[in-house]
Amino acid sequence: MRAQRRIELVIAGLFAVTALSGVALLAVYILGGQTQVEGILLGIALGSLGLGVVLWAQELMDTPIVIEERQSATSSPAEAADFQAALTEEAGFTRRRMLVGMLLAAFAGLGAALAIPVLSLGPAPGREQFTTSWRKGSRLVLGDGTPVRAGDLPVDSLVTVFPEDAIGVTDSQTLLIRVPPDLLRLDPARAAWAPGGYVAYSKICTHAGCPVGLFRATERKLICPCHQSTFDVLAGAAPVFGPAGRPLPQLPIHMEADGTFVADGDFPDPVGPSFWNLTSRGGAG
Amino acid sequence: MTAGRNRPAATGTEPALAPTELDRLVGWLDERTGFARLARTVLRKVFPDHWSFLLGEIALFCYVILVLTGVFLTFFFAADTRPVTYQGPYPPLKGADVSAAFDSVMRLSFEVRAGLLMRQIHHWTAVVFVAAIVVHVCRIFFTGAFRRPREINWLVGVGLLLLALVAGLTGYSLPDDLLSGTGLRITDAVVTSIPFIGPWLAYLIFGGEFPSTELIGRLYVFHIMLLPALMIGGITVHLLILWFQKHTQYPGGEGRLTAHETNVIGRHFWPGQVFRSFGLFLLIAAVLAVLGGLVQINPVWVYGPFVSSAVSSPAQPDWYLGWLEGLLRMGPNWEPTLFGVTIPSVFGPSIVIPTIVFGAFTLWPFIEARVSGDHNDHQILQWPWQAPVRLGIGAAALTFFIVLTLAGGNDVLAVYLRVRVEDLTAAARILAVVAPIAVGLIAWRLGVERARQVDRERTPLEELESGS
Repeated sequence: MRAQRRIELVIAGLFAVTALSGVALLAVYILGGQTQVEGILLGIALGSLGLGVVLWAQELMDTPIVIEERQSATSSPAEAADFQAALTEEAGFTRRRMLVGMLLAAFAGLGAALAIPVLSLGPAPGREQFTTSWRKGSRLVLGDGTPVRAGDLPVDSLVTVFPEDAIGVTDSQTLLIRVPPDLLRLDPARAAWAPGGYVAYSKICTHAGCPVGLFRATERKLICPCHQSTFDVLAGAAPVFGPAGRPLPQLPIHMEADGTFVADGDFPDPVGPSFWNLTSRGGAG
Repeated sequence: MTAGRNRPAATGTEPALAPTELDRLVGWLDERTGFARLARTVLRKVFPDHWSFLLGEIALFCYVILVLTGVFLTFFFAADTRPVTYQGPYPPLKGADVSAAFDSVMRLSFEVRAGLLMRQIHHWTAVVFVAAIVVHVCRIFFTGAFRRPREINWLVGVGLLLLALVAGLTGYSLPDDLLSGTGLRITDAVVTSIPFIGPWLAYLIFGGEFPSTELIGRLYVFHIMLLPALMIGGITVHLLILWFQKHTQYPGGEGRLTAHETNVIGRHFWPGQVFRSFGLFLLIAAVLAVLGGLVQINPVWVYGPFVSSAVSSPAQPDWYLGWLEGLLRMGPNWEPTLFGVTIPSVFGPSIVIPTIVFGAFTLWPFIEARVSGDHNDHQILQWPWQAPVRLGIGAAALTFFIVLTLAGGNDVLAVYLRVRVEDLTAAARILAVVAPIAVGLIAWRLGVERARQVDRERTPLEELESGS
């Protein structure tokens, strides 16, 4: 009995701690709140209440081990038959096959009619996937709108650029990189797209769409921080490591007399993550 | 006096007991609903006593805490991507262009009293929630608790795990910070990669080309309405089935009571089990409260607001999606085009492999029954070594999961281990195949050995008792 009395006192003490820390929590809150103290006080309040409750169950309650028989879940054959009779025969399902068929057809039609508004959730993907805001004559500007000029950029460095009229537009983000011109190994058809060693590639990774934000200047490679797809800047941004399956599309550009850069058109290939019909050019040239 | 019928009337020498308030209340309710009959069965239900039966309860309690803290958060969160200028008390971001959603999370974290505590408890609970489900499902798997007649509850449980993963992803994407934006970008690429329907599906889900202004609002509807509603439905079915089928129990028994296929040995639901479970709930809540108060999680102000041309590095998802990230990182760069149809390199690692793995996992009770030919009811659990093949396959699957999760953090590991991230990826590709096979074989072998040893140790008397 004395042992029981002792445990009772301990549990009462634990409950008292909960009550007190609740009050303390209120005081902290009124005084302006402090995350760490709030967490500790809440933890103490809940913890000592929990401990008290568990102690009560373990030490003071009479909870004997008991045994119970399991009953089989399966219904008796008569019950099962009665269920089937109630479900189908009384409703006439078993006799009126044609009506049941038409009822199912009606539900299917109604279901389709009700599902159609789901299509309102988004537009159909069209040419948007294949195009960006870059056009013939778009000037290359920084995020703050200032045009990039040749000479602003040291060799083996890069900036993020946008078309002058679409600053910040996601699918148009582009990297302008300056490399030593004699090292470039571009496709001959694209040799003119790198005036003075300045090349422009889409900044959106062709793997999962992250911005390709890392540049290993010593190797002249672009690396996507998400999944480490690595692109060779000198070789037309061809993928050389990681999961990306195709190069970063290259933007055709030329240098103006004032040293700024202007695009000669949109990217020749879709930018960003690949999709099943990316080689179809969206039905347009 | 209405309660009089529930007690023997005062007759003869027997002293009359005055009906208590409880008597009166029970009588009043029972006369109208007959609830005492049902309530008696509930209170007298027998619960087997084993710590491993509490794992599912922990998940349930986490769900309750998620709802409670989540409701608090909804009062302050604005599911709105409109641009605003940050004017709050956090100096580094003062004057920054942020979305209204990000701004509301900043306000919740820095200006609402107890707001940060609630946010961090919510996030920590989500992390523990999925962990509790995973450990629970491991217990079910390795002890064979999924076997007939419990296949339906296995399916419901797998559905709940899936919902929990989606709830986690939609939840940590809501603050519209740089890290969550990166996760959504990848999600968009994954959906887009599905041949034929991918682009359409992605446009439907995201409301147009990524990043659309509708996204946060949609995620919010999913996170606070559709997913919790589906989950509470699933939890209800899960518990009802458990209730009617009764718990499984471990072989052996308690004291002089021997466990059989036809009985359940344990304690009554009330009061012992209820008090223990309620106590466990409070203790879990206490741990989560201390974590939420002391251990920082998802500090969105460190990542900064979402900017579509920037990325946070290193970028890791919450732990339970790390294996998908790992698959993406170590996937090959194959992107074939056949008959004008391109199969994006994302498709295999993020759609095909997870579908196969999760599909086999979902159908496991049926696969095992088919292969083993065992279609009997089982109320007695197995120790993991009693089914060595299952033990091996489960160990292999867990190893696969761990290797993938490590591969999902290869950039962080590379810094710690001072090796090139390229080498880690190459190693992960090999390990993802070799390690599961090796660990699976070892686990299988150990299981077989243990089974033999137990067989040898059985005395003739025990064999006689077990009827073999």
